[in-house]
Amino acid sequence: MDELYRDQILEHYKRPHHFGRLDEFDLEFEDSNPFCGDEQHVFIKLDDDGRVSEVSFEGQGCAISTAATSLLTDELEGKTREELLALPKDFVLELLGIDISATRMKCAMLGLKVVKGASLGKPADWEDEGERGDPAEAASI
Amino acid sequence: MEPTATTAPTLPRSIEEIRSEFPILAREVHGHPVAYLDNGATAQKPLAVIETLDRYWREQNANVHRGVHTLSEEATALYEGARETVASHLGADRREVIFVRNATEALNLVAYSWGRTNLDAGDRIVVTEMEHHSNVVPWYQVAQEKGAHLDWAPIDGEGRLDLDALAKLLERGPKLVAVTHVSNVLGTINPVAEIARMAHDAGALLVVDGAQAGPKLELDMAELSADFYAVTAHKMYGPTGIGALFGRRELLEEMPPFIGGGSMIRKVTKELITWADLPAKFEGGTPAIGEAIGFGAAVRWLDELGLPGVHAAEVELASYALERIGEVPGLTVFGPPAGDDRGGIVSFAMEGVHAHDISEILDRHGVAVRAGHHCAQVLMQRLGVPATTRASLAVYNTPAEVDRLIDGLIDVRRVFEL
Repeated sequence: MDELYRDQILEHYKRPHHFGRLDEFDLEFEDSNPFCGDEQHVFIKLDDDGRVSEVSFEGQGCAISTAATSLLTDELEGKTREELLALPKDFVLELLGIDISATRMKCAMLGLKVVKGASLGKPADWEDEGERGDPAEAASI
Repeated sequence: MEPTATTAPTLPRSIEEIRSEFPILAREVHGHPVAYLDNGATAQKPLAVIETLDRYWREQNANVHRGVHTLSEEATALYEGARETVASHLGADRREVIFVRNATEALNLVAYSWGRTNLDAGDRIVVTEMEHHSNVVPWYQVAQEKGAHLDWAPIDGEGRLDLDALAKLLERGPKLVAVTHVSNVLGTINPVAEIARMAHDAGALLVVDGAQAGPKLELDMAELSADFYAVTAHKMYGPTGIGALFGRRELLEEMPPFIGGGSMIRKVTKELITWADLPAKFEGGTPAIGEAIGFGAAVRWLDELGLPGVHAAEVELASYALERIGEVPGLTVFGPPAGDDRGGIVSFAMEGVHAHDISEILDRHGVAVRAGHHCAQVLMQRLGVPATTRASLAVYNTPAEVDRLIDGLIDVRRVFEL
């Protein structure tokens, strides 16, 4: 358990990076996790080349969702909208560096989902990991 | 009658004996015996229910109400027998008990059948701030369709329904009041009989969400005077997929069917279709037969334990839980103080830790609780929190399990360095 809530996660939860609202932004998106009520709102400012120059987020969530988005926002500067849309889920999982159970996957992915929504200007097509059962796993319980 | 010394009703068996009837309680989670404190979500099932279901699927399965053969006749007798059991439990006539999938479907049945027939533009419906979405969303939907309005009866600072404010809303002449009997978040037990009197005096009908009350309280429809009352089996130690709607017979007789199809018709011609009598009119399609029979077994089991004793034991354990939870620093506990009008549902928030993280850490201790908005987002907004952690008690829970919850909460503070 202390592995899940290791120092890096707690540090980002208690003092998230890029937390707050940008005064000026080009892209923004807000979404929530309907199962737990976590909400995040992302703001992105682009430079003249269409690359991320500033990013911030606000909202309320658990340690996993807050830390995941905090870690993610550290990595977004310089990326184009297309590059944001192409970010795989593993990108966030590697940043977190911990095992995420199926039920917590929704928490871990909320920030990425909102960043992609901001890039698209509408909800990103999203397959909900946490809701998908694994038949092999089900058979083994 | 001479006043007698009041002795609290008791259970006919020891807690150890009751626990031994629930095989799942022997299970371990993360190396600990499971302390199952998520009974508000669903209760575990006693052998009386498990064995009834097993026997039905092995020996008695057939479709009901049609086959003229032994198995079908037996299945029909068992299914209708379960209805008699539930009706008797509710103090109702068997024609007033409609089998549905769950409390949500029961409330939707009322909204779609009674609501769409009886609500018009400008009509008002009163719901409360402590409703589960199942007793809000159907009313919102029918209000949208008909141009009717929802009024929200507020709760007071202790998490009780504000009856004075409700009285004010009733002056606006609503056609319906929708209220939960027991709040799934606050544990508040609402005075349903009193609310029924208030609603009826104002010319409104009363629909009650009894999902959380079913496993906790003796339910007598005549005494409560609700016009509609919804229960679900799985929170009453029965199977999922089955519940019941009680409706006053005069109302059900006048209402159009909800689900059209087999079993609910009297006669079908190319020109005209007429409806079956109650309760079949509201039970289109093959019902959840085995589950209904399992529901009957659960109700018999509960009745044999005796709900006054179940309630008294729960109030006692809830009082202990509220006392102990007060020892944990940094917690805000929601809902009324311990007492007879407070069921064993304890929701709380910990400053600096999200409910999900609390639940995850408690799970590592083998303690199962619920974290989230509990399908009561309006209530979360009223309480000013995004989510709560909820421990909800059942008749098999013990003070030792409450102690494990407290130990787990202390560990949450350690992990989060609080």
